[in-house]
Amino acid sequence: MAEAHLSPRIIPDRLRSRSSRALKSWESLLLVVALLIFAFNSFASPYFLDPWNLSDATFNFTEKALIAFAMALVIISGEIDLSVASIIALTSTAMGLAVTMGADTPVLVLVGLGTGLLCGMVNGLLITGLGLPSIVVTIGTMSLFRGLSFIILGDKAYTGYPESFAFFGQGYVWWVFSFELALFVVTAIVFGVLLHKTNFGRSVYAIGNNQTAALFSGVRVGRVKFILFLLTGLMAGIASICLTSRLGSTRPSIALGVELEVVTMVVLGGVSILGGSGTIPGVVLAAFIMGMVTFGFGLLNVPGIVMSIFIGVLLISVIALPILWSRARRRMAH
Amino acid sequence: MLQETTPLRMKPAITLEGISKSFPGVKALSDVSLSLYPGSVTALIGENGAGKSTLVKILTGIYQPDGGTIRVNGIETQFPTAMAASRHGVTAIHQETVLFDELSVAENIFLGHAPRNRFGLIDWKTLNGNARELLARVGADIDPTIRLRDLGIANKHMVAIARALSIDAGVVIMDEPTAALSHKEIHELYELIDRLKADGKAILFISHKFDEIFRIADRYTVFRDGGMVGEGLIADVDQDRLVKMMVGRDVGQVFPKVDVDIGEPVLTVSGYRHPTEFEDIHFELRRGEILGFYGLIGAGRSEFMQSLIGITRPSAGAVKLDGKVLVIRSPAEAIEAGIVYVPEERGRQGAIIGLSIFQNVTLPSLHRTSRSGFLKLANEFALAREYTQRLDLRAASLDQDVGTLSGGNQQKVVIAKWLATQPKVIILDEPTKGIDIGSKAAVHAFMSELAGQGLSVIMVSSEIPEIMGMADRVIVMREGRIAGRFERSELTAEKLVRAAAGIVEAA
Amino acid sequence: MAKLLKNREILLVLAIIVLVFAIALRFPGFIEPANLARVYNDTSILIILALGQMAVILTRCIDLSMAANLALSGMVAAMINAAFPGVPIPMVILTVVALGAALGSINGLLVWKLDIPPIVVTLGTLTIFRGTIFLLSNGAWINAHQMSDAFKALPRASFAGFPILSWLSVAAIAAIYVLMTRTPIGRAFFAVGGNPHAAVYTGIDVGRTRFLAYCLSGALAGLAGYLWVSRYAVAYVDIAAGFELDIIAACVIGGISIAGGIGSVAGAVLGSLFLGVIKNALPVINISPFAQLAISGTVIIIAVAVNARTEKRKGRVILKKAEAV
Repeated sequence: MAEAHLSPRIIPDRLRSRSSRALKSWESLLLVVALLIFAFNSFASPYFLDPWNLSDATFNFTEKALIAFAMALVIISGEIDLSVASIIALTSTAMGLAVTMGADTPVLVLVGLGTGLLCGMVNGLLITGLGLPSIVVTIGTMSLFRGLSFIILGDKAYTGYPESFAFFGQGYVWWVFSFELALFVVTAIVFGVLLHKTNFGRSVYAIGNNQTAALFSGVRVGRVKFILFLLTGLMAGIASICLTSRLGSTRPSIALGVELEVVTMVVLGGVSILGGSGTIPGVVLAAFIMGMVTFGFGLLNVPGIVMSIFIGVLLISVIALPILWSRARRRMAH
Repeated sequence: MLQETTPLRMKPAITLEGISKSFPGVKALSDVSLSLYPGSVTALIGENGAGKSTLVKILTGIYQPDGGTIRVNGIETQFPTAMAASRHGVTAIHQETVLFDELSVAENIFLGHAPRNRFGLIDWKTLNGNARELLARVGADIDPTIRLRDLGIANKHMVAIARALSIDAGVVIMDEPTAALSHKEIHELYELIDRLKADGKAILFISHKFDEIFRIADRYTVFRDGGMVGEGLIADVDQDRLVKMMVGRDVGQVFPKVDVDIGEPVLTVSGYRHPTEFEDIHFELRRGEILGFYGLIGAGRSEFMQSLIGITRPSAGAVKLDGKVLVIRSPAEAIEAGIVYVPEERGRQGAIIGLSIFQNVTLPSLHRTSRSGFLKLANEFALAREYTQRLDLRAASLDQDVGTLSGGNQQKVVIAKWLATQPKVIILDEPTKGIDIGSKAAVHAFMSELAGQGLSVIMVSSEIPEIMGMADRVIVMREGRIAGRFERSELTAEKLVRAAAGIVEAA
Repeated sequence: MAKLLKNREILLVLAIIVLVFAIALRFPGFIEPANLARVYNDTSILIILALGQMAVILTRCIDLSMAANLALSGMVAAMINAAFPGVPIPMVILTVVALGAALGSINGLLVWKLDIPPIVVTLGTLTIFRGTIFLLSNGAWINAHQMSDAFKALPRASFAGFPILSWLSVAAIAAIYVLMTRTPIGRAFFAVGGNPHAAVYTGIDVGRTRFLAYCLSGALAGLAGYLWVSRYAVAYVDIAAGFELDIIAACVIGGISIAGGIGSVAGAVLGSLFLGVIKNALPVINISPFAQLAISGTVIIIAVAVNARTEKRKGRVILKKAEAV
């Protein structure tokens, strides 16, 4: 024992290099899948490789991906937010209401961000303040937020958004690169840095892996979770600004079922639904894949509802496959 | 010895021979043999960690032994599941009853073997009637139709015993059944055990309280460090001999305790109380001191320590650190103030499995290793390297998931995590529970080194040798209150055991 | 009295009575027996579904796919009827109940054999079931004129003064009540959700019990599918869209704990009736029917907050004097 103390063992920081680890990761698998789909699409349709068509294709995922980044953090922390699509609806309704009261574009954006944040705050307070399970709370607020849009709008719709408001969903920053795509890139970087490069991100992983131990280790669990729900609300608000701007109108049924696509995107991106692991690059790749598949189906004239079957199967199989895979490996090891 | 004490006419109801069980890094049981006889109570005695609970889990089919045989009524058999053990008539009544709070008392007794009517439907009338009968047999005055959650702990035990009777168990294991009972209830339990004996049940009775062992047991078996160190008839021993067998080894030798100059008071706790968990806790902790907290499991030590760092709120009490009054509402605030708690349950409260070694170590210190909220990996590795080396961690790399380490090495990571915050006071709750000898020694050596450097240490431990070997001063807790204070010079194992069990100085 | 007020079912009965009388103050016709019977009939399908959801939630799971299962089963019932009008209606009902159970068993298998979280499984199957309706029907509606008279008449037909639909829900309540209180599997639902760890000790297979709960909720969704399509005489992709939330709301209001193990048939029925009364009262008291979704949401949140309060466990009791209560 004494000897061990005289010459302490040197433990290396890392054994495997980062590149060898990256090669075996879920993300590199996703990259291969993305390339394959890209290749398949380019063969399947002569229109696919046109830059403007590709640019159009990005609209299939940008708005959902904006929410997916925040949702990834929520799910990594071991919670879930099923109310995001309803936050889009309520935010859009609030902006529509503001339009009827004569608001111009900057005010609309503020209303959008504010409503999103407010919805996120409601979720956060119920979940961290009262300690209620996030799954039921957000099922409740999912009805509540969309219900409020229904109360305000009924079977009517808001239109007549100012022309300058159209930029967020229809504008281009440079050549074929839309504002939404640019926002997607910026958000991906911001959330990537937040999750992977900050103390806050580390706390999120710690909570997701072992909430009790994280609490004992001095992580302010309630505060971190509250911020996560706030962020998700904010991102849903931003997504709502983009979507409303792109459609140019608001109906209470806007973005129905989007929460499912967002959760699927996050899980496909390699985030464990039980919390604790996952990366933003994975979610970025998953967003590309889902967008390209949707676009490819569109080129092949497959109706949207059939695509939802695909999404449902995808959701279950990306969770089931790793489980089956590890079971098969264990069986072989024995 | 075995031959002398075995009632020759009687065949054992169940026999274990040469049972061994290992977990990664720990040998929990080695070559243990035990026989339980019908109509006889065998007391199983040993310190915490001696292997008693492992044996109970093997007997009830939860663990599978690595080696050895189990015979029921002379026939070799195996208990691959809890159900199999129960079918062979072995049933256990645990400290924390594993029953269903939301179901009725009667249903808790008969779940899985409820009487049915001729349509195959559960016959509640018969069920409640049978339950009433069984409850009467165990002498419990409980309405079988009320929900279990409305019962106190004592009555829940009665329900568990009634359930054992309902499956007509031949072997009943009672794991510290009196730990939470009042004097009157304990008396009723004794009478019940006498009746079970008369019914021909073989009873294994696990207890730390010698008065009750001598009151009800016929035979005894003593475990130490996973092995059997003695057995025989209760009539042939006295309390002193049992205590000596239990404590056994020559304490004080293996512990690297160095004498330190003990400084001024660092932490002062006064009038600490909680509505249900503890009351009237007051003590001083000095610089460089190791203060031991001894007691039986469930004496309220962990509950008190956790309220000290803000996990639960005390209803009254004051804490002073370096003379300044502190109000701590969360572990984060405790860490900031310089009080850290290394929790007892390593897997649930200590290690974050899924994160790597260095990420675990730096988690409470991130504000120091990072710059304006952004991680600085080089600083993190440096901090993790420093503390894991000081604790003599064995690992392949700092980037490795803590889940891949042995229990002892996980514990080193957990201790390193809290030490890296550079605390003034460190509370170690059962720091060497369930870890191998080598890691134990490393933890003890380090603890001594820390005290030498002027850190104040509170060590909660249920292991007498550890308490005697490491502590400068010992506080014994019993049922949520302080039951004794001892200086190192006056410490004996017997005094500790007596204070913890509430035995008045024996004649 | 104080003890009575702590009982969730009695509290709900009182709440429903107060609600009904409050509405009757503004609209006396609401309290007439004929109208109350109509409200019950309107709520029948929700009751049937809530009974199934209750079994699932009791085992610590959730079934978000019930409404989609209902829609798919309903569509299949309508298609069978449209293609083969000669098939007797009981045959059709048996078929869709079996179909619903089979769809539910998919959920159950994924939860049991692959340990996938129930919420993910049923979110996934929800969309798959809806998509499948589209594939089967090609997006087309099946309208009243394509359905046989017998198909449409059954739920409306009157027996002893009440519609068959009401009688069917009463039968379902009775059957599930017997199942939950008098059979081992019913009790296993409670045990598995209440304390899965202890359930294993008593020889209950936790995964299998959950599987059976999903089969039950599927079968009831299948039955509800026929009832819905025949009652409203139309089948298309989106029928009962979002209805899964009403079902969960009914259960949560009825005091069925989302954490499992706590709940009762009476709770599920009363929770459904509470929602049913609100739904039927809104047009009467001149509140837009669009408000119903928001009300359900609010009620879910309030109910879950109330449940969480009543379920809060006591800490460990170490001090002896505190135990002597």
